[in-house]
Amino acid sequence: MDKSANIDQLIEQFKTLPGGLLPLLRAVKHAVGYIPDESVPQIAKGFNLSRAEVHGVISFYHDFNTSPGGQHCVQICRAEACQSMGSRQIEAHAKKSLGIEYGETTKDGKVTLQPVYCLGNCACSPSIRINDDIHARVSAASFDQLMSELCSPVTNDVGAKK
Amino acid sequence: MSMTFFIPQDTTALALGSDSVALTITSELKERGLEGEIIRNGSRGMFWLEPLLEVEIDGSRLGFGPVKPSDVPGILESLNSHDKNTKPGNHPLFLGKVDQIDYLARQQRLTFSRAGVGDPLCIENYQRLSGFVGLTHAIKLKSQEIVDQIKDSGLRGRGGAAFPAGIKWQTVLDTAGEQKYIVCNADEGDSGTFADRLLMEADPYQLIEGMAIAGLAVGANQGYIYLRSEYPVAHKILNQAIERATEAGFLGENICSSGNDFFLEVRLGAGAYICGEETSLLESLEGKRGMVRAKPPLPAIEGLFGKPTVVNNVLTLGAVATILEQGSKTYKDFGMGRSRGTLAVQLAGNVKRGGVIELAFGVTLREVVEGFGCGTYSGRPIRAIQMGGPLGAFLPESQWDTPLDYESFAAIKAMIGHGGIVVFDDTVDMAAQARFAMEFCAVESCGKCTPCRIGATRGVEVIDRIVQNQDRDNNLILLTDLCDTMELGSLCAMGGMTPFPVRSALTYFTEDFGGESPREN
Repeated sequence: MDKSANIDQLIEQFKTLPGGLLPLLRAVKHAVGYIPDESVPQIAKGFNLSRAEVHGVISFYHDFNTSPGGQHCVQICRAEACQSMGSRQIEAHAKKSLGIEYGETTKDGKVTLQPVYCLGNCACSPSIRINDDIHARVSAASFDQLMSELCSPVTNDVGAKK
Repeated sequence: MSMTFFIPQDTTALALGSDSVALTITSELKERGLEGEIIRNGSRGMFWLEPLLEVEIDGSRLGFGPVKPSDVPGILESLNSHDKNTKPGNHPLFLGKVDQIDYLARQQRLTFSRAGVGDPLCIENYQRLSGFVGLTHAIKLKSQEIVDQIKDSGLRGRGGAAFPAGIKWQTVLDTAGEQKYIVCNADEGDSGTFADRLLMEADPYQLIEGMAIAGLAVGANQGYIYLRSEYPVAHKILNQAIERATEAGFLGENICSSGNDFFLEVRLGAGAYICGEETSLLESLEGKRGMVRAKPPLPAIEGLFGKPTVVNNVLTLGAVATILEQGSKTYKDFGMGRSRGTLAVQLAGNVKRGGVIELAFGVTLREVVEGFGCGTYSGRPIRAIQMGGPLGAFLPESQWDTPLDYESFAAIKAMIGHGGIVVFDDTVDMAAQARFAMEFCAVESCGKCTPCRIGATRGVEVIDRIVQNQDRDNNLILLTDLCDTMELGSLCAMGGMTPFPVRSALTYFTEDFGGESPREN
C-alpha cells in the first residue's frame, strides 16, 4: 500500500476520536517510521485544521521525527540521576564510537542516536533505551556490547531481544 | 515439594535481565525434571536487589538477589538440598523471607502494599489483597460523602504541587456539567522518580480503582491516563489491565451494577517534559501543542475540552483507593503537620540501595538516604542531594535533617515535589548541574512565556560567563536578577522553579563556579 493511502486510512480511523491528532501522529510514525512532510496537508484536511496547526503539533514533541531514522533508535538518558552515575561519559563514548551526534543516523542506517530525559529507571542508572527495551547500569563496555548485538545479523529485527 | 518462582517484569527488573533469569529457570527446571510454577510479578521496589527471585515454599517467600542467569543452577540445588551446609540459607544471594528484609520491613506501605506480591494483571489476586474494596464502599456512598472522605483524609496531590485533593474534587462536583472528566497525570518526567511507573506496572488495578472512585465522586464517566511514551512496559500493562477490568465489570457501562458508567483510556504523550504540567497535559490530550494555559479558569471548572476535570497524579489516585478501603482516619493518622498519609520516596542516582520507600511524612532526608540508601554506589562521600526532580533545589549536608514534609521543605526554598531523591557523590560539578538546569528548561520550555523561554537560554550563557570568570561580579548580579525574573514572571513551575537548583547550587556550592572568593549570600 502506498504511504498516502495508508495515512488516509489512519486519518479516517482517528479523526472522530476526541483529541485524536496525537494518537494519529503516533500511528503514522508507527506505520511509516516518521511523519512525512507531505502528509501534513492531508492530515490538516482530515482534521479540519490549518497546516500550520498540524506542523505546530508535530514540531512541539520530541517523539515526532519528520525524516526517516535508522533501523534502531538508541536513546541515552541525560537526566540528573543518570548524570550522577556517569551518563555524560556514556554520552560522549556513544557519540564517538558511533561517529554521530544526537539526532543523526549511522552511515549504515542501523542506529539513530537520541537524547531522552528520564526513562524512570533512576535507581539503576545510567540507563539507555534501545527501541522498546531499557537497559540499566550501562557502562562504555556494555554499550559497545549492546551495539554489536544490534548490528549482528541474527538480531537485526527491530525490537529484537538478545 | 511444589515451588512457585516469582520473577519481576517491571522496567527496572527487565533492564537488569529478569527475562533471561526467567528463561533459565524454565530450562533448568525442565532439565532437572522438577515441577515449578513461574509467576512474573511486579517489583517490590527494592531495585538494588533486582532481579529479585522469590521462591514460595510452604507458604513463605524466600528471596535471592540480585540474580544472574548463571546463579540459577546453584539456587535450584540449594532449594532441593537436604544437606544443611548447602541449604538455601547458605547460598550467597539468599536474603531470607522477603517481607522480613529490613528495607521492606521498615516501610509503612499503604499504596505499595501489593506491589510485587503477585501477577499485576491477576484480578483475583488483586481482590484477595483487598482490591476493589474501596470501590465497593464508594458505590454505597453519595458523591458528596466520597468527596468528604478525601477531604477528611488530608490527602494532597502527590504530583508535586501538593494541592488538597478533596478541595479540587469538591470544585468539580459543584460545577454543573453534563460531561466531566477524570484525568490521571502519568507523565512522570522528573529525574529520580519512578513510583508512578512502579504502581502502574506492579499494581495497575489500584490506579483504575482510584479513577473509578473519582468518577463516582464528581459525576464523571470518562477517564484518561496520560502516560509518557518513555514507559513502554507500563503502557502494555495498563492496556491489558483496563481490558480485563472492563471484562470483569469494574470499568465500562454500569460498573459493579451501580448504574454508573466509567470508561477509561490510556493516551501516550510524545516526549515533552512540560506535559506533566496539568494545563499543558490537557492541551496535549486535546491533540494540541502542550502549551501551558493561564489560570484561571481552573481545570476543575474548565478543563479537558472545556469541561470540569479532575487532574490527579497516579499516586494521588492510588491513595484514593486506600482511603476508601481503610477509611480517611486511618490514612490521616500517618504523617506530620499538614502532610498527611504516606510519601513514596524514590531513592535514585549515585546510591547503593535505590528504590521505592513508602513512609509516613516526617522522616528526615538523612534517615532515608543513609538509613535506606546506605551511602553512594561509588563508595565516595555524598556531596549534594537533589530532591523533587529537575526543578528541585540541591541540598548541602546542613539541610539533610529536614523532615520530609511539604511545609518544612518550602521553608528552606526546596521542595518534595513528587518525592524523587537524586544523590550525587563528591565528583559532581555543581556549576555544570546549574547550567544543566537552565539548559533543560531551554529545551523543554513550552515557549509561551518570555521569562522561561528566553530566560533559560540567557541563563546558560550567564553561567558560562561566570564559570569562565568573565566580568564575574556583574554576571553574578545578572544571574540573580534573571532568577528573580523567572521565578516571579513565569506562567508555570517550569520557568518559575528552574531557579531553585540554580540558586541552591550557587549558594551552597559556590566553589564550583570558579573565581577566587566565595560569594557571600
